[in-house]
Amino acid sequence: MSQKELLKVENLSVSFTGYERGFRQIDLQVIENLNVTVKKGEMVAVVGASGSGKSLLAHTLLGILPPNSTACGNIYFEGELLNAQKINQLRGKEIAFVPQSVTYLDPLKKVGSQVRKDKKVIESYRKQQELFSFYDLPAKTDNLYPFELSGGMARRVFLSAAMMETPKLIVADEPTPGLHLEAAKNSLKHFREFADKGGGVLLITHDIELALEVSDRIAVFYAGTTVEEAFASDFQSENLLRHPYTKALWRALPQNGFAPTPGVQPYVKDKPQGCVYAPRCSVYSSKCNSKIPMQTIRNGSVLCACAK
Amino acid sequence: MKTGHAVAVYLVKILVKLLLVLLAVSIICFVLISVSPVDPIRMYVGEVGMRNIQPETLAKLESYFGLDTPLTIRYFNWLSDFVRGDMGTSLIYRQPVIDVIGVRFVNSFALMLTAWLFSGILGFFLGVIAGIRRGRLTDKLVKGYSLLLASTPTFWLALVMLMVFAVWLKWFPIGLSVPIGVDASKVTIFDTLHHLFLPALTLSVIGVANIALHTREKMIDVMAEDYVLYAKARGKSTFSILRHHGIRNVILPAITLQFASIGEIFGGSVLVEQVFSYPGLGQAAVNAGLSGDSPLLLGIAVISAALVFSGNFIANALYGIIDPRIRRGLKND
Amino acid sequence: MTDITILQQYKKPRLNQRHKTLIYFIFAVVLLLCIAISGSLMGEIAITTRSDAKNLLPSMAHPFGTDWLGRDMLARTLKGLSISIVIGILASVISAILAGILGVLAASFGKKTDAVIEFLINVVLGIPHLLLLLLISYALGKGMFGVVIAVAVSHWPMLARVIRGEVLAIKEAPYVKIAKKLGQHNLKIARKHMLPHIFPQFLVGFILLFPHAVLHEAALTFLGFGLKPEQPGIGIILSESMKYLSLGMWWLAVFPGLALLSTVLLFDLMGSSLRSLIDPHSANK
Repeated sequence: MSQKELLKVENLSVSFTGYERGFRQIDLQVIENLNVTVKKGEMVAVVGASGSGKSLLAHTLLGILPPNSTACGNIYFEGELLNAQKINQLRGKEIAFVPQSVTYLDPLKKVGSQVRKDKKVIESYRKQQELFSFYDLPAKTDNLYPFELSGGMARRVFLSAAMMETPKLIVADEPTPGLHLEAAKNSLKHFREFADKGGGVLLITHDIELALEVSDRIAVFYAGTTVEEAFASDFQSENLLRHPYTKALWRALPQNGFAPTPGVQPYVKDKPQGCVYAPRCSVYSSKCNSKIPMQTIRNGSVLCACAK
Repeated sequence: MKTGHAVAVYLVKILVKLLLVLLAVSIICFVLISVSPVDPIRMYVGEVGMRNIQPETLAKLESYFGLDTPLTIRYFNWLSDFVRGDMGTSLIYRQPVIDVIGVRFVNSFALMLTAWLFSGILGFFLGVIAGIRRGRLTDKLVKGYSLLLASTPTFWLALVMLMVFAVWLKWFPIGLSVPIGVDASKVTIFDTLHHLFLPALTLSVIGVANIALHTREKMIDVMAEDYVLYAKARGKSTFSILRHHGIRNVILPAITLQFASIGEIFGGSVLVEQVFSYPGLGQAAVNAGLSGDSPLLLGIAVISAALVFSGNFIANALYGIIDPRIRRGLKND
Repeated sequence: MTDITILQQYKKPRLNQRHKTLIYFIFAVVLLLCIAISGSLMGEIAITTRSDAKNLLPSMAHPFGTDWLGRDMLARTLKGLSISIVIGILASVISAILAGILGVLAASFGKKTDAVIEFLINVVLGIPHLLLLLLISYALGKGMFGVVIAVAVSHWPMLARVIRGEVLAIKEAPYVKIAKKLGQHNLKIARKHMLPHIFPQFLVGFILLFPHAVLHEAALTFLGFGLKPEQPGIGIILSESMKYLSLGMWWLAVFPGLALLSTVLLFDLMGSSLRSLIDPHSANK
């Protein structure tokens, strides 16, 4: 394994146990055989439609999945295989989380003390003030309650909170929705800077356009699986892309014609047997009904029987 | 300064709303008592007196009780007397109602306050623990205890307590808040506490159930909130999360609930006072009801409604003062 | 294939939670039926006095003992419970209907109606519950009629609020809005879309009114405001037992009380298990 690999997620599966109407207990396999890698100094965007299980990846990496879920898979951090206990030790210190909305702040507590994790040492106050001014947050932010923050301020508060310790990896879950384009770009710029200084960023988003602007690589998620890991530069041309779904995403970009793909992502319960994308695929063939292996093509990986 | 103003406006709004409710409650109590088949004159002069009564005396009494005036006028007369502190004369105690209530209020208040505080603190504590340890043994015990107690008739528990601690073990007296035959002035604090203990314990044991169950549910909700997940993701320990986020978010609803459940505690105290012959408002209300003492029953009903009113007002006011979303949000409108 | 690390494992309960709930529900219903039926068959035994069997401790022949007139306490208790259950059902039905009507009115006829009903709810909740019961039964004269009405008119506010909330929520539901846009008649919408959703909530609320109704009926009777001594409700039995407590006749109070407690608990179990069957979300709690 390369020393430069900061995070490597292999064959991650997450399932939920619940009840259907009636008495049957069922397991919902929300994430299946998910793979993604983040190298040092690299920003990797995980993109996919909502409901594809993106956020659960973040929650798994931080050990905050709900109690009725089961997760297994090999997660390596700096080459070391992690278990639940090690994740608990790393989170907040080496792995920082940037959540998606202001509901991740306690509504009854002032922002400042939440960023400082309630520590009452001068060191924490100093660092917090430094970070607030670095991220252009007004000094009074310290004394505000979460409901008084604007969307953009909340993102920068979360960033400051992430930087209170010195993390090696930032896992950001949908950090841009609800922001103006400028604010969103600005917010992503900060992640880029962090990566440029040698950190790793795993950016989870549904906004492929924004992701392409700042990321080095893109992992495309579909129905709980990574169907492709591509370089951001591959998105310059459809031919460089490997998976039919990625190509469809590419065609849906405004500059490439805004072409919608017919059909919808399958609901977890009725995922097809072989390739998850088969029902919507334009190049579907009988090969797609059996188990599909991950292939490496042009230095990127793809989960497709007929990719070239 | 501006915040203070906003809170004041909020408080006045609530106060007006609750006062209207209190007024309506007093009307309802008055009407209920007036339509009762119980005849106040018969109650006042007794069966024998009724047979020998002179027509002019009867007429005098009728006008004394206001039976010759319409209900609305009677209500306004009663209300104007009431706000001046005159609630009429109790028929069974032959004393001004306000005096009867005054003495008994102190007794009941001591009983209710003890039970209120004790059940509130213990219930909150149990609820928090159960909520964090959801599904484990501690949780099951607390939940089982609370569900059991919520279904337990208060008066029956009082009977059992009386049987065990007073009849068998003889640790506590069977009744009365002071020993019989002892001059009221010689009653010591110890005597009072001795008589207060069992009723207060019964009331507390019952009261714990409600607050514990509510706090538990709230705690479970809070522990699943995004901000708790975030705190976990930032490496905070369970204890620290509990201390900095859990308690803070659970205590306000718990205090509110406890203030809002004063009516329940009052109801419990009526039953408990009856079993322990504890001379409080509840026992007086029961006596008044059983022997047709309308002025006293009405007085107690309105006073108890005022007690509920105070509880609700404090509960609402606390929200306005403690919750920053109301406190600071008011600034913006 | 390399080994897979298990990061989190959800331990499934051994018994399917929902099956368990169904079993609870059936258990509660059957037991309550047994109490009600056996109680109503006990009329004769419950009032048979036997001078040769006074003040007997619980035994095989008299599991709950006998009282100062030699009456079998088990029979009296069952009889008392069945009376209480009947009153409880009667009062709950009236109360639930009131709650249903007021809840729907509050949600359907605009802000003014809503405010009036909310005010009414606050007024009812503004008097300590037991005192309100006492006042109403004082106003109506004591006895069965007074108790039923007292319990009925004091228990509806909570359920009314629930129903109001449900109706308001459904009115905003997309399928109802679509039906409205499609020009469906209001009544048809109410019958086809709203009723099927609200009725289960109503049913659960109704069943959960029960334990309160039974407890309050017993309390009121215990205080002397409810049933008359010739109608031996469970409250009467317990209040009579008070006179014999100092004589050490503990069984007169303990068993009837436990039986009342179990009845209330069973009703509660019935209501809450039905609720979790209908609304799976609450089942996870």
